[in-house]
Amino acid sequence: MIEIEGITKRYDATAVVDDVSMVIEPRTIAVIVGTSGSGKTTLLRMINRLVEPTAGVIKLDGADNRSLPGYELRRSIGYAIQGHGLFPHRTVAQNIATVPVLLGWDKARIKARVDELMTLYQLDPEAFGPRYPHELSGGQQQRVGVARALAAEPNVLLMDEPFGALDPIIRTKAQEDLLTIQKRFGTTIILVTHDMEEAVHMGDKIAVMDAGKLVQYAKPAEILAKPASAFVETLVGASERPFRLLSLGRVRDAVEKGTAEGEAIPGDASQRDALAELLWSGRPALPVRDADGKPLGRVTLDGLVKRSARPA
Amino acid sequence: MKAWLPALLRLALVVLLVAFLTNPGWFEPLLKPLTENNAPVIYNQGSLLTLTLLHLRIVLIATMAATIVAVALAILVTRPAGAEFLPLSRSLVNIGQTFPPVAVLALAVPAVGFGEKPTLIALFLYGLLPIFENALTGLTTLPANVMEAARGAGMTGWQRLVKVELPLSAPIILGGIRLSVVIGLATATIGSTVAAKTLGEVIIAGLLSNNLAFILQGGLIVAALAVLIYDGLSAVERYTARRMGRETA
Repeated sequence: MIEIEGITKRYDATAVVDDVSMVIEPRTIAVIVGTSGSGKTTLLRMINRLVEPTAGVIKLDGADNRSLPGYELRRSIGYAIQGHGLFPHRTVAQNIATVPVLLGWDKARIKARVDELMTLYQLDPEAFGPRYPHELSGGQQQRVGVARALAAEPNVLLMDEPFGALDPIIRTKAQEDLLTIQKRFGTTIILVTHDMEEAVHMGDKIAVMDAGKLVQYAKPAEILAKPASAFVETLVGASERPFRLLSLGRVRDAVEKGTAEGEAIPGDASQRDALAELLWSGRPALPVRDADGKPLGRVTLDGLVKRSARPA
Repeated sequence: MKAWLPALLRLALVVLLVAFLTNPGWFEPLLKPLTENNAPVIYNQGSLLTLTLLHLRIVLIATMAATIVAVALAILVTRPAGAEFLPLSRSLVNIGQTFPPVAVLALAVPAVGFGEKPTLIALFLYGLLPIFENALTGLTTLPANVMEAARGAGMTGWQRLVKVELPLSAPIILGGIRLSVVIGLATATIGSTVAAKTLGEVIIAGLLSNNLAFILQGGLIVAALAVLIYDGLSAVERYTARRMGRETA
């Protein structure tokens, strides 16, 4: 659990982060969204003390984050940044091993952990371990960057626009991989982004920041349905709202009784995907099946349209 | 030009240099037309090989000392605590460069006496600036996100310096050392005016006795050394640049 209490950062007279308080539950993903200059990166960097706050306290699992020297604190917190920041003079395996080496793990343990992470990220340890970062593609570099952040089994992972430099297709894949790995390790993730789409997709909760202030901190559905201010509404994008709302729900939760013609859609696809398929194929209803191919019922255009309306 | 041609030329130059230093007698007929009145053709007041080795030793010692001091100074002024000394150290090192080498020699002789010492002082002062400037460039142009990652991973200031900053600036620092070695090779010849044992002795002897063969052989050996060492260090620099993932300059 991460408790941020009345955190302020001032540079001269201007408050970059202004009296922000929020609690991030363990094993969840909190996404901080905001425009450039909203203070979201500064807030993130105060958690691992790359920036020291002017006022306020940040507690990690109850302990003040100033109870350890900064470098020791940072070894216990994963940190992944935009453009990955891999060490160009070190191999992929050495990059991933950075924090374990600083912590003085023995060689066998480091190797086992590096191999585990590389396998998890679909990078063959034999083939990719001895390569240098510049020999990898952008997507592979990004995966190595996240693997490095996770190497010392941190409970908390901070990510600053980790997918910013990726093309849309690789970005979607990287987001899915992160969700899978978050479930597997139970890591608490705080992710900074300016992309509302990404925030709605990844976040258990979303924190919206504007000019250093925390404007709203709530579940994605609530941010979409009840934006706290005109700024949040703009950020959500009025024309995108119904689709973003649908993207939060699974098809299985919108299933109605009955049957429909044509190709079926899996139950764990998002409702937004189902709507897109309905509109594109011109059908009024789609059959739904579960992972084993068993029919669950159908999902209808009318049903989805009702679900995309503003919640009461 | 064929790709192997430069390599072949360098190899030929090495062979020629080694042959000349070990068996200068072989080249006597070539240089003979440059002398008059049956003057000696090959320098005869000491072995050319020994002089070359002494010449190289002086440059090596001076460059190593300059490297240690210049890199240490550059590290110091790029730490947050030393930042205010940046302008001061810059001007100190610049003063080293504005002194003509002959003036440094002349001033050093009364202080430390004749021989190798004043030459070492002059070469040391001359070597500082290129290494310092390059080390400063290297240490201040490190990729920002790599430095951010190093801090974020929990490296201490010392660990960042040793594990990230110095390895990444190594190619640029090497470039400074290369310049300083070449300057040193040339400047060391002047050291013979204050009785340092270098190849300058050969040239000065040639000037005093109006012996063109002496001047030529001294000058050519120094030139060949400079070209070969410059080339060798450039190759090392390119290798480290590739190894550190920096673009080759």
